[in-house]
Formats: sequence, structure tokens, C-alpha cells
Amino acid sequence: MTITTQDHPARAKPEHAGRVSAGVFSPRQLLASFPDALRKLGPRHQRRNPVLFVVWVGSVLVTVFAVAEPSLFTILIAAWLWFTVLFANLAEAVAEGRGKAQAESLRRTKKGTVARRLLDDGGEEEMPGARLRVGDRVVVEAGQTIPGDGDVIEGIATVDESAITGESAPVVRESGGDRSAVTGGTTVLSDRIVVRITSKPGESFVDRMIALVEGASRQKTPNEIALTILLSTLTIVFLLAVVALQPMAGYSGSTQSVVVLTALLVCLIPTTIGALLSAIGIAGMDRLVQRNVLATSGRAVEAAGDVSTLLLDKTGTITFGNRRATELIPSWSSTPDRLAEAARLASLADGTPEGRSIIELIERDHPELTGEQGGEFVPFTAQTRMSGLDVGGRQVRKGATDAVRAWVARHGGTLPAEITHVSREIGEQGGTPLVVAELRDGTPVAHGVIRLSDVVKPGMRERFRRLREMGIRTVMITGDNPLTAKAIAADAGVDHYLAEAKPEDKLALIRREQEGGRLVAMTGDGTNDAPALAASDVGVAMNTGTSAAKEAGNMVDLDSDPTKLIEIVEIGKQLLITRGALTTFSIANDLAKYFAILPAMFLAIHPQLGALNIMRLATPESAILSAVIFNALVIVALIPLALRGVRYTPAGAATLLRRNLLIYGLGGIVTPFAGIWLIDQLVRLVPGIG
Amino acid sequence: MPDSWAGLVQVAILLGALALVYRPFGDYLARVYTSEQHWKAERALYRLFRVNPSSEQRWSTYAVSVLAFSFVSIVVLYLLQRLQPVLPWNFGRGAIEPGMAFNTAISFVTNTNWQSYAGEVAMGHFVQLAGLTVQNFLSAAVGIAVAVVLVRGFVRRSTDRLGNFWVDLTRGTIRVLLPISVVVAVVLVALGVVQSLRSGVTVSNPDGSQSTIALAPAASQEAIKELGTNGGGIFNANSSHPFENPSSWTNLLEIFLLLVIPVSMTRAFGTMVGSRRQGYTLLSVMGVLWGVMLAVAWWAETHPNGPAALLAGASLEGKEQRFGIGQSVLFATSTTGTSTGAVNSMHDSFSGLGGGVPLLNMLLGEVTPGGVGAGLYGILVLAVIAMFLAGLMVGRTPEYLGKKLGRREVTCAAVAMLAMPTVVLLGTGAALLMPGELDTALNNTGPHGLSEVLYAYASAGNNNGSAFAGLTVTSDWFQSSLGIAMLIGRFIPIIAVLCLAGSLAAQRKVPETPGTLPTTSPLFGSLLAGTVVLVAALTFIPALALGPIAEALA
Repeated sequence: MTITTQDHPARAKPEHAGRVSAGVFSPRQLLASFPDALRKLGPRHQRRNPVLFVVWVGSVLVTVFAVAEPSLFTILIAAWLWFTVLFANLAEAVAEGRGKAQAESLRRTKKGTVARRLLDDGGEEEMPGARLRVGDRVVVEAGQTIPGDGDVIEGIATVDESAITGESAPVVRESGGDRSAVTGGTTVLSDRIVVRITSKPGESFVDRMIALVEGASRQKTPNEIALTILLSTLTIVFLLAVVALQPMAGYSGSTQSVVVLTALLVCLIPTTIGALLSAIGIAGMDRLVQRNVLATSGRAVEAAGDVSTLLLDKTGTITFGNRRATELIPSWSSTPDRLAEAARLASLADGTPEGRSIIELIERDHPELTGEQGGEFVPFTAQTRMSGLDVGGRQVRKGATDAVRAWVARHGGTLPAEITHVSREIGEQGGTPLVVAELRDGTPVAHGVIRLSDVVKPGMRERFRRLREMGIRTVMITGDNPLTAKAIAADAGVDHYLAEAKPEDKLALIRREQEGGRLVAMTGDGTNDAPALAASDVGVAMNTGTSAAKEAGNMVDLDSDPTKLIEIVEIGKQLLITRGALTTFSIANDLAKYFAILPAMFLAIHPQLGALNIMRLATPESAILSAVIFNALVIVALIPLALRGVRYTPAGAATLLRRNLLIYGLGGIVTPFAGIWLIDQLVRLVPGIG
Repeated sequence: MPDSWAGLVQVAILLGALALVYRPFGDYLARVYTSEQHWKAERALYRLFRVNPSSEQRWSTYAVSVLAFSFVSIVVLYLLQRLQPVLPWNFGRGAIEPGMAFNTAISFVTNTNWQSYAGEVAMGHFVQLAGLTVQNFLSAAVGIAVAVVLVRGFVRRSTDRLGNFWVDLTRGTIRVLLPISVVVAVVLVALGVVQSLRSGVTVSNPDGSQSTIALAPAASQEAIKELGTNGGGIFNANSSHPFENPSSWTNLLEIFLLLVIPVSMTRAFGTMVGSRRQGYTLLSVMGVLWGVMLAVAWWAETHPNGPAALLAGASLEGKEQRFGIGQSVLFATSTTGTSTGAVNSMHDSFSGLGGGVPLLNMLLGEVTPGGVGAGLYGILVLAVIAMFLAGLMVGRTPEYLGKKLGRREVTCAAVAMLAMPTVVLLGTGAALLMPGELDTALNNTGPHGLSEVLYAYASAGNNNGSAFAGLTVTSDWFQSSLGIAMLIGRFIPIIAVLCLAGSLAAQRKVPETPGTLPTTSPLFGSLLAGTVVLVAALTFIPALALGPIAEALA
């Protein structure tokens, strides 16, 4: 990765050709999912959701009454109860539908691959890729599709992984090291490799991915189960309230029809969240997939929302990973301009990233220095530890402090004390000093020092601050010495750092955090990361990593972008918030429904209850019907929200709760009053109802 | 002094007295249940009953101990009533008939103290003292023990041990209930409450006829009746009887007693969990709800809408002249808010709205501030439910006091929460389906009659025990259905709460981070109060609409 300037980080996401765009919802999806929604109307499907099963039974019951004693009111109630069930199915079908499109394109990669299996005697046989066993070795050459997941054990090749990652730039895969894993369904573009198959048929990465995006392997997550229990409890409470209401109504002299009681029950039980619950879960996974992250389970996504410690590798995550020139410090005898001029000369022909970064820095601060310079380039060697340029009687050099000191001494000079001092200071601050010196007409001159730093990516400090507000501690993991690590940690604003970290240190850190009751998330790619990935609660393996790492983690990031952990945490939180917010909304809605339906039921015997009809609904029939219609329509209205997830901005818990209570609690109380009133304005126009 | 002023002064003195004892008494309660030391008397009891006080129980063993102890208590109390003719001090009062004995045995063991009998007519002093008063102590100690176990669940980490029921029971009785009751009984006697083992005194009336005024060991039972939020009066008229509650001072003392343990339990809770503010938050929720209920009842009773009350100038029907409106509604709000169920006025005679307040107070689930122990575990269960939703809304697996609220915790809380509405709604519904029963039992028709039936089941299901009156509950149907309602309303939540404690104690503690929702803020307080009100409202609005609401709007 080439970084052009510090101000324009390469943070733009790669384009994903042929993928469903993230988070956008169009009414067309609703229509397209209608057939699926109809198919789900059977009782077998409904039994899985206790809230909707009650609605389903109610619909059947009212339909029987509508057939036995048809009246416009009964028929309309029956119709709208069925719509309620249908809309709930629709929510799920829409969520699933988006995954299906992706699954289809993935499935195409699996079709008809032919494997060239290596036999023990050195020969080859051709066989269908689907019949490969773990441990088989296969040969893949340029233009061929890799038949199954495995590790490269021989050779090096460029591979087109766009079918899986959507990233069109080819990647290099080679035997040994951390870049050996290949995925079935990807295509070799050049060279020849031998791959040892590591996955069983039907359990390959693509298979898992298909199952995941289709929602086929979807199991309820722990929080979802707990929420379902709460919703079932509420359903039972309302069932009891309605069942007990009939004898009370009978005692009061106004026995209610089963149709009205069913309508009341369906309005009271938390149908809104019940209908949207599974769509929220599927959409949450889908949002991860849109960001090119595959989670092996919904449980992992939920755990991401709970993470309280984030382990981040320094290199590539917190810093750009290559040393860049950040400052020019002239010696007392020199000037900034002269230092810049000399440093530029010394670096003009230097193609290393450090050299280029020096040129970039000087171009920014000293735009007047331009022009190519001829002369003889002196490349960096391990012996001299300096590089530079010889031009017209000038020898300009830049290099490590002691190397330059020796060079200056050899030519009869001494390195000024302040240069030694500045160099040591830079080293202590985690940077690398490069001393610039020049031999002009046989006299050595030390111009000053270039500070090379491992540059913290822009915006990281702000991100870590936000994470802290969310209650998440960040720990930077680095192989650097403690001094350097401390400086970078302070610069990036992480909470803690682990210097000179070995894999077992990582593991120990994770264990320690977990013993304190914290959930830990980390990223990793190497085989030596595998134990730590497996031990962490959320382990995100990089797609470029080894298959051991990918197996050990519970998520794979196809973009291999370690900063994505932060997004994953946010998606996990958003998932939970969406569930909680819609549950609150659903329960809060009941108040208005009582105000609509109870006066309608008992106006005849207790006219004083008309005072509760604060929405001034036209007739008892229109009131009940309006409440039922509102109850059904609100599901459709909230499908986009369920799919998109409620807005999440990192903030403290109290702030989040206050905002969500205000929007979904208070909003949940007010909205149905307006909605039911509005629907009643139309319903009252229906002859026989209004 | 005008009536309302007298009432306000009583409220002020009451709150002042509660504030005064809150800290020391709450901390004392916490020490009682955390101390390693055993008193000599306790050791003697442990030796006698072969209890090893240093062995702790799992939640399931604890639950079995509670159930077994309560079952034996019910059997003993039933037998005492049935065998009354052969017991001393029976004054010729015969065996209690089976249905009533069944109902009464359950009633006193479940801390309900619903009374389908008239004390001075049915029960002799021996059954009163050895049976009913003993259960007043023990059922209260059981309630506190269960609450303490739940608190231990929050406090302890990675353990399945939650304490020893027999130790908790003994300590609650010997260190808390007995000493206070003895002192209070003496004070009550000094203030004019009767304490006598005679059956009564015969007096000559001015017209020459003779009548008997019943006497009883009232002071000794009165003390624990209020302190243990029991509420079963030794006389039929309960605390409106001048021998039980002769003056404003005894009235004040009794209200103080029935509030003091439930209120101080929040301090004990805060002390035990290591954050007193947690306790203050719960107390403020309880206090605000209690205050609102009191204000509404007061307003309703001073603004009567019935023709009789308007004619009389005040709504004093069913109220004692010596207490007036203020002290009557103060007692009514406190007795229904604490699951005590003692009465110093007849709630049945309150106005539509005013009578709805004691009813709603019970339907809130007895958390304003609830019965001894039951109030604390009741509000903690609701806090678990509230925190579950709140936790989701801040994007984390919900947690409360550092313990995660997952599948098992929510299930336990849901079961604990579900028991009461189930028995109240189904009981009321079933009773209303029996016109034969209603014709003989119900003295009123219309919404008020419905309120009477609903009140009876709300009182039984919440283990309150106060009666709306106006309903004769001596038929087999009412004796048995209300008995079962009391059993379910008491023990299902207890089992669920103990299970919840077990599952909480088994967890590690989640450290507090800025992402943790603070549970000491007004925001959490409002959320909890909202949950309490909303849960009750959504469950009971239809029933209330046909009863008190229809009556109040008429």
C-alpha cells in the first residue's frame, strides 16, 4: 500500500462489484418478497414465533366466525388480522431475500470445478471438486479455479479472489508463512501451486458463507432467546387479561364477541417486535456481510456489542506501518532551508518508502525546491548504513546517527553534540533519526536530523476516545520495545499497550481480561495468532491470513482491514439497540390501543367510559378496526428501520438510553394516538362501520 | 386542628421517624444477615434442630427448605384450628370448620393474613398466640430471608452457595422481629392497647341489658402484625377497633411499624451490594409511588362525589372519627403498599377513585414499598425486567449490578412477575362466572361489586390480606380459591426469586465501565417506576375500567 500524503489516508473502501448495496431498502423488495411471505402463512412456520402464533390462531378463529356469521366488520377484522401475519412474514422474507441474491452468486463459483488430484506415485487424476477429501493435494495452474479450501504447500501464484471478496485486485498466495490460505472458488491468474485441501465437502468457506447469507443456519442468539421469553411472558399476561375480561364483561352485562376480544388481544400482544424480531437478526448479519465480514454465528455478533476490551495490533491498524519523515531538525550551524535542500538531494534517487516520504515532506514545506538533479546515487547497504548522492563535488549523505558520525570523523570532522542529543531524543520518542551530512570541498558539514516516525493513522485518537465513551478499552499490541510502544500509545491515545508482545503474551492478556469479566475482541492473521483468536470472545481473522487463523476466529474479514473491529462492535450494538427500541415501541403502543378499544367495548353499559375515547373515534366498530389496521400497518412501516437498524452514535449508556426512551418510548406512546385517529378518519367513511 | 392538617402533621412525623431510623436500622439488618457470629440462643436452637449453621445451601436446597418449612407450618396451623376444642383458652369456641381452617392456615403462613373469620368470635387465645402470632413472626422472617438471598445473588461471585435458610430464619426472628415486637408491645400497652388473656368483660348497658366486650392479648399481636406486614387483626375490626388502635399516636406507631422494615431493607440492600445509592434509588421509586398513591386517595376522599357524602359534608362513611380522612388514607395507602392488609377504615366505603387506590397499590405488585422482604425482591424482579429492556437499548447484553441478564434470569423474573396477574385475573374471572356464588357473597352490584371481587383476589394474590369488605368469602369456593391464590401468589415468586439468585450468584461480576448503564440515576429511577406502573396498567386496565374507573367516572 502506497501512502501518498498523510492527509489523504487510503481509507476509501474497495468497490464490490456485483454486490447488493448496503442498507438501502426499496419498496420493490417488498413486492418481490410477497410470494415468500405468502408461503410462510402455514402453521408450521408460525409456531416458531409464539407472539405471531397467537395472531395466527386468532386469525383462524375470526375467519371461522366471519364465515359462519358474515358481517362487514367481522370480515374486515379477519382480513386485517391475516394482513398482520402476512406483514410479519414479509419482514422476514425481505430480510432473507437480500441474502439470497448473494448466495446465488456465490453458488455459481461452486459449479463444476474439476480438481487435479496428485497421486502418491506422482501422477494426477481428474475428479469433481466436490469429492475432494481433507488432506488431498491438488494442482492448480493459471486460469483454473481452486477446487476447495486449503493451504498452498508448493509454489507461489497470484489469485483472483473477487468472487469471494468482491475485491478485483489479485492477491499473492505462497507456500509457508501467513499468506498460504486459498479459498475454493477463487481463480489462479498466474503460475502453478499445489494446494492441500483442509475442508470437508459441504463445509467449505463458500458453503458456510452461503448458509450464512441465506440465513439457513441462523440460530437464535442468547439475547434473542431472552427477549423471546419476555415477549412470550407479555403475550401470556395479555392473554390472561383478555380471557378474564369476558367474565367481567358478562358480569357487567355486556358479553363481548370473540371477534372483538381477539382484536383486542392481537392489538395488545407485542406483535410489532414479534414480527420484526427475526428480520432484525437477519439484517444484522447482512450488515456485516455488506461490510465484507463473515461471522460464523449470530452469537459472535452479539458478543461484539458487549466487548469491553479491544486488542489492536499496532502495525497496519493504529499506524500506517511504515516509517515516514515527519520533521526536519536543523543543527545550530545550519538552517532549515539548507537542511531541506541537502535532505532532498540525498533522497531524490532513493526509492524506499522512507526516502519518498522525505521528498513528500520537503515538497510540502519547501515548494520552492524543485528540479531533478543528476549525479551518482549511493544506495543504502548494510555496511555503510547510509545512502545519498554524489554530484558536482558534493557528497550528500543521510543515515543512522553512528554511521554518519563515523563518516564525518573519517573526513576529519565531528558531529555536533546537539545532533547526537536530538537523535537520542527522537529514538526515545519512538521515532528513528536520520542524520543528514555533506562533504563539500573536502569539509564535512552536518545539516541536521530527519525524524522518521511510525505515523498514527489520522482519526485514530478520535476513534479511541469514542470507544472509551462506549466503555471499551483499547490495548495496543506491538513488537516494539516498551519505550517506542509507550510513545506511540500516547500518540494514538490508546488506553494500554503491550510491548515486545509474543503470541503467548497476547493469550495471557486475553485470559487476564476475561477473568475480570471482560469480553475481548482481537484481530489476527498468522498461525501463531490462532490460540489468541480462539480464546478471544470476538476473534476476527484476516482473509489474507492462514487457514488456522480463519478456523480459530469466529469472524473473517474479507477486506483484511484490522480497523474494522470497531465497525463490527458498532454493528453488534446496533443490533441489540434495534431489538430493545422496537420492543419498547411495541409495548408503549398498547396504551393508545386501550384508549381506542376499551371505550368501544363498554360504551353501551358504561357510557361514562366514553370519556376515555380521547381520540373521538367515530363508532365502536371504527375504533376497533382502526386499532387493528394500525397494528398491522406499523409493522410494514417499521420494516425499513428493522433492516437498517436504529441510528447508533457512540455515546455513554445513559445518553443512549435517554435518547432511545424518548424516541421509542415516548414516540411509541404518541404515534398510535395519531395513527389510529388518522386511520379512523378513513374507516369512518366505510358504510356500516362509521 | 383541622382534619387535613392533623393528617399532614402525621405524614411529616412518619417520614421524619422513618428517615431517622433508616440508616442505623438498615445497616443493622445488613449486619444481621452477613455476620459470622451466632448468638447463644441461636446456637441452642441450631443444636436442638440439628442444623449446622456454617453449611450453606444451593438455591434449590434453600427453596426446598422454605417450602418444607411452610408446608409444615400450614399443617400445624390447620391442626391447631381444627383441634381448638381440646386446646386451652378456647372459651368454648369450637373447631374451625375445614374450609376456613385451610384458608386461614395458608393465609398466615403466606404472610397474607386474609381473614375469613371474626377473631374475637372464632379463635381462642391459644390458637391466636401459639398459631397465628407465631406465623406472624415466621412468615415475615421467611420473606426477609428470601430477599436477602436475592441480594446475596447479586453480591456473590462464581458460587452456588446462597446461605442457610435455617440460620436466616432464626436470625430474622431472634435479632430483628422479636426484640422490636417486645418493646413495641409494651409501648402499645402504655398507649392504651388491650393486653388480656380473659375472653371479655361483661358490662351492663344503660337499658339494663348485659353485653360482653371481647378482650384479647392484642398488644403483643398488634406489634408483630404491623412490623411483619402481616395485618391479621386479633379483633374482626382490625386496626379500626379501639382496643387495637385507640388513638392517633398508636395509629402513627402502627403505620411506622408496617413501613419500617420494607423501607430499611433498601438500605440493607445498598449496604450489602456495596453501593448505598443503589438502595436509595429503589427507595425513591417506592417512595414516589407511595406518595402519589397517598395524594390521589387523599384528594379523592376529600372531594367526594356520592350524594350521601356530599350531604354529610365529608366522606366519613367507614372511617373512624378519631382518625378522620387524612389518617385513614395514610393508613390505607401504607397498608396496601406494604402487603400488610391491616385496616383502620373500610376501603369498601371509599369513593370510586379513592377505593381504586388501595386496589391499584396492590396490583402494582406490592412494591410501594412492599411487604417485609417481598417488597425488596418484588422491586428487584421488576428492576431486572426494566434493565433487560434498557440494556438492549444501550446496545449491550443487559446487566444489573454487574450480573448479566440472560435467558435464565429473564425466565425467572418473568415467572416471578407472572404469578400474581395469573391468579388475580383468573380468580376474578372464575368467580364472576359463578352467579350462584356471587348472589350469596356479593352485597353490591355494578362496578362496585366487580371491584369487591377483584379486590379480594388482588389481596390474596399479592399476599396483602386487606379486605374491601362487601364480599362474604366463607363459601367453599372462596375459601379454597382464595387459599390457592395466596399459595401461588407467595411461593411461585419465591421459587423463581431463589432460582434467579442462584443463577446470579453463579456468574462472575462484569466490571463497571462507561458503557455500563448507571442504576443510581434519576433516569433509571424513572425507568423503574415507569416499568412498575406500565406492567400493572397494561395488565389490569381492562379490569379496572369495568370496576373503579367506571365507578369513578360515573
